[in-house]
This record gives sequence, C-alpha cells and structure tokens, in this order.
Amino acid sequence: MTVALETSHIDQDFLSGDGSILHVLRDINLKIHSGRITMIVGPSGCGKTTLLSILSGILTPTRGSVCIFGKDISHLTDGEKVTFRRQNVGFMFQSYNLIQTLSAAENVAIPLLANGIAYNQALKEAYALLDQLGLEGKGGKFPLKLSGGEQQRVAIARALVHHPKILVCDEPTAALDAAAGQTIMGILTKAALDKDRVVIVVTHDNRIFHFAHTIVTMSDGRILSTEAMQKEP
Amino acid sequence: MDLIAFKMLVGNKAKYYGLIFGVMFSTFLMAQQVSLFLGLMVRTCSTIGLVQEASIWVMDPSVRYFDEIKPLPDIDLYRVRGVEGVKWAVPFYKGTAVLKSGSVFQLVTVFGLDDTSLIGLPSQMVLGQAESIRAPNSLIMDEGGWKYIWPTDPFEINRSVEMNDHFVRIVGICDIPPSYASLPQVYTRYSEAVKLTPQGAHTLSYVLVDHEPGTDPAVVAQRIREKAGLLALTSNAFEWRTIWYFIEKTGIPINFGITVLLGFIVGAAIVGQTFYIFILENLMQFAALKAIGVSKGQILKMVLIQGALVGSMGYGLGMGLTALFFLVTKDLVALKGFTLYAPVMVGVGVCVGLIILGASFFSIRRVLVLDPAEVFRGP
Repeated sequence: MTVALETSHIDQDFLSGDGSILHVLRDINLKIHSGRITMIVGPSGCGKTTLLSILSGILTPTRGSVCIFGKDISHLTDGEKVTFRRQNVGFMFQSYNLIQTLSAAENVAIPLLANGIAYNQALKEAYALLDQLGLEGKGGKFPLKLSGGEQQRVAIARALVHHPKILVCDEPTAALDAAAGQTIMGILTKAALDKDRVVIVVTHDNRIFHFAHTIVTMSDGRILSTEAMQKEP
Repeated sequence: MDLIAFKMLVGNKAKYYGLIFGVMFSTFLMAQQVSLFLGLMVRTCSTIGLVQEASIWVMDPSVRYFDEIKPLPDIDLYRVRGVEGVKWAVPFYKGTAVLKSGSVFQLVTVFGLDDTSLIGLPSQMVLGQAESIRAPNSLIMDEGGWKYIWPTDPFEINRSVEMNDHFVRIVGICDIPPSYASLPQVYTRYSEAVKLTPQGAHTLSYVLVDHEPGTDPAVVAQRIREKAGLLALTSNAFEWRTIWYFIEKTGIPINFGITVLLGFIVGAAIVGQTFYIFILENLMQFAALKAIGVSKGQILKMVLIQGALVGSMGYGLGMGLTALFFLVTKDLVALKGFTLYAPVMVGVGVCVGLIILGASFFSIRRVLVLDPAEVFRGP
C-alpha cells in the first residue's frame, strides 16, 4: 500500500455575495492510498465537492498543499493544471455529462482525443473498453438511447480510457436505483482498481459504503474521521 | 477534437439548420442588394461606356452627371477641334421625345450620332444593321425598349412611328444595357435627332473626343478645359462623376445601405442568438470537457470550427441563391444587366466572417470563464 495522495493543512475560503469570507474547508490532512477505494461522505454543504475539486486539480486551495504521487499540484498554473488533469485524472460526474450529439464511443474517446490521439485509434480503444464494461454493440448509440446504468458505464469508460492515475467520482450512483447502483459500483471496482491508481468517490449513498476500503467522513469543512474498512483490496 | 466539434454541431439538427439559414439569409440579402445597387450605379453611366471610340467627353462646366444636359453652342465643337492633342471631335446629342404608334404614347431617350462617323453606334445588334440609320428618317431601338413598348410583338424592322410630328422607321434592334431612367433608347443621326426632339437655342449635348496617339487623354482633357473653357473629362472620370452624383445627391445608397445593414444585423442576430443558445445548452458538457482537461485553446478552436462550418455552408448557399436570382431574372427587362459582382462576393464573405467571429466570441465567453468545478454542482 502506497500513500499516493497527501494533503497538508488545506484550507479553502470563498468570498460570499455579501463580502464576507466563507471557510469551506479547514485544515484538511488526508492520506489516500493507491489500489484502494476511498469514499468521502458527509452531509450536503460539508465541503466534499470542494475537496474533490482540489484533489482533482481543478481548484487551487487557499492554503496548504496537495501532493499526488510525489508531485505538489497546489502551485501549478492554470495551464499546468489543465495538462495535469488531462494526463492524470479521470472524472465521473453525478449527471454523467455525456455529450448527447456524440455516440457512446465518441464520448469515451474524448480524453484520448484531448491528449492528441488520432480519432480512429481513440475510437478503437473506446469500443474495446465499452466491450469490457458490458456494452458490446452499443458504442455507436447515442446517450439518449441508453439506460441510466448504461450511460454511467459509458461515463466510467470515459473516465478510465486514458489510464489515469487518479479517478474521481462525484455521486456515481445518485441517479440510479439501488440495484443499478450496486451493479455500477461492482463494475467500477473491477475496472478501476489498480495498484497504481487512486480512486476517490464522493457519495451520500450509504448502500454503496461496503465497496470502500477507506471512508473519510466530513462535516462543516473538517474531516471528522478516517475509517479503514475491514477488507482487503 | 475537430471532428468532435463537427459532430456536436451537426448532431443538433434544428440548431444546425437554423444557423445555416441565418447565414444564408444574411448572405443573400447583402449580396443581392449590393449587386442591385452596383448594377443601378453602372446603369447611370452605361452610355458613356458604350461609346468606346471616344476617350474624352466635353460638356458644359455645370453638368454634374450624364443625364443632366446643358446644350453647348455649335461653335464649341470647333473650339475643341482646335485644341492640341485632339485627334478628332464629333457632336453627340442626347434628348427625350414622345414616341407615338397607334395607342402607344411613350417617352424615349434619343441619341444623335455624328452624321458622318456615327461615333457611338451600338455594336451589338439583335435585328437589322446599325448602319441603316444613315438612311433618312430612320433609327434603331434598344431591345429592352421594344419589349417595353410592344411586349407581345416580335422584333421587326421598318415599323413606322411618329416622333415630334415626324414619321421615322425603326430599322434595327440593338442590344445595349438599360439606362438608369429605364426609358426605351433610340439611336439616330445627329441631324435627325434634333428634328425628332423639341429644341432650345442650342442642340449640342456633348462633344466626343479622341486624343492623338502618344498623348495622355487626361492631359488633353485638361488642355481642353483651359483652352475652350469647357468641362472635359476622360470617359472613366465622367463615369465616376456620374456615379458619385447619384451616391452623394440621391437617397439610393441610403435605401440600399439600410437593407444591407438589416441583412447584416438580422444575420448577426439569428446566428448570434442561435449559437449562444447552442453553447448555453451545452454549458455543462463544456464544463465537463474543461474538467477532463480540454484546454481553453482547444475549446476555442472547437467553437471556431463550428462557426466556420456554419459560415461557409450558409455563405455558399446564400451566394448560390443570389446567383440563381440573377440567372432567373436576367431576361427580365427591368433587371437586365444586373449581376453578381466578384468584389461583392468577397465583401459579403468578409461580413459573414465578421458575423461568425462575433457570434463565436460572444458565445464562447461563457465557456471560457466557466469554472470547471461547476460540473460537480449537479444537474
């Protein structure tokens, strides 16, 4: 087990509409291991999504540092952060955010295309990954022709197609029923877990907590607890 | 990502066709109206261009444009002939007369050409011989004029008509551009023309001049101005003097300009609004792209590719529609001679480019300032 992602004394402040300062995150110290699923849980407004934005290189913390595989990303320029995300981070969003006018395979191919891979090659890899995720023959379909579970599988494929070191999942089961949620988490666990990859899941859904190796509980911008689950990866 | 940009655009067919229609409509309106305006301006001086033998036109100094005649005394013809550098100088008459034939009662423009040289005689004939006007009491009429006066009659020669109490025969039909006034035009000899039209004290409308070989027509024209005290202009300068009169002294450019401006504004509004809505509807997807690591430059390029695609498709269709319009109407008397000019195509292309660039940058602002973290805020 390797500590792949480490935060040190992270604070995040935002300026509110009335000019006052909101302290959204306070003194976040976190160690996340690769090869394991880390879930960040807590009530709405506790700062989970803000923390996820920082861990994925979207947001720069007001104070503190974030080291991912030994690289401090908290001081990267905007352009460097874009490159970092493009090469190292895979995203799954609550509402999938698939582009409706592109086929499933084309949606999956986007991270490869953004990294300069040729269209035909990117599409070939996308189709192969969709096949692995149980979407044989559906790569050419448009998202609206797929079920919610299938769309989320497309989103998983898009998040993994470029072999990212970090996978961040924002409420991956929020839009699914219980059975579909379990199926998706099963697929995600199988496809995403890798000894060299960090998997972070932000969720409210306690029905999927059993997939986690570590559960980080947050409240009011602070980490309340970090609990290692009694299971082996 | 270029192909992705293309597919994002064409995948939304309603928006895609709406954008193309907007550009096409704008292109058509601008190209057609500007071409009509230019065609009209060309008409104002079409006769000047037809007289290819003359390099200089001499007239009264108060003349501002071709149709505004202030006749010169005959002696001025001889004064011009005496200027150094003048190879030859001949009289040219322009006036109007009422043509009567049965129930027909029509005002026509009468051109009187030098009896000997027939300088200014139309070269393109539809029927008959142009030189036939050497016969007494004869004239040739333009094709459009005939169709205007006798729309159902086939062309024929030797038809007799009455003008200013004189009977004359139409001995030929010529093919010339319509004039600005759109009146039928007849050509006859100078000596005949002055009989066919009511006259004042003087009859000489213009003196047509050619310069000696090896001399500059502009220099000869300047010399005529100095020696004879008359206004002498090269053909080209007289054409521009006429065109500028209509541009400066009439409301024509303003009217056409307003229509062209409306074409630009409507096109820009349709394209801008549709493009903006298209971007807004895909805002979360663009946020997702930014989160994934698609750079601002890549997104900007995607939007510009979409704009370029829409612009080129709409421009092509709009130009095609304009060309079709002029093709279909080329045989109509009222629209004869109007055409789509190459500089208009270039100019409208620039305008369409500005519309597309404006709409793209107006729309892309939202994406460029969009925080990729927005994508985590849920639906």
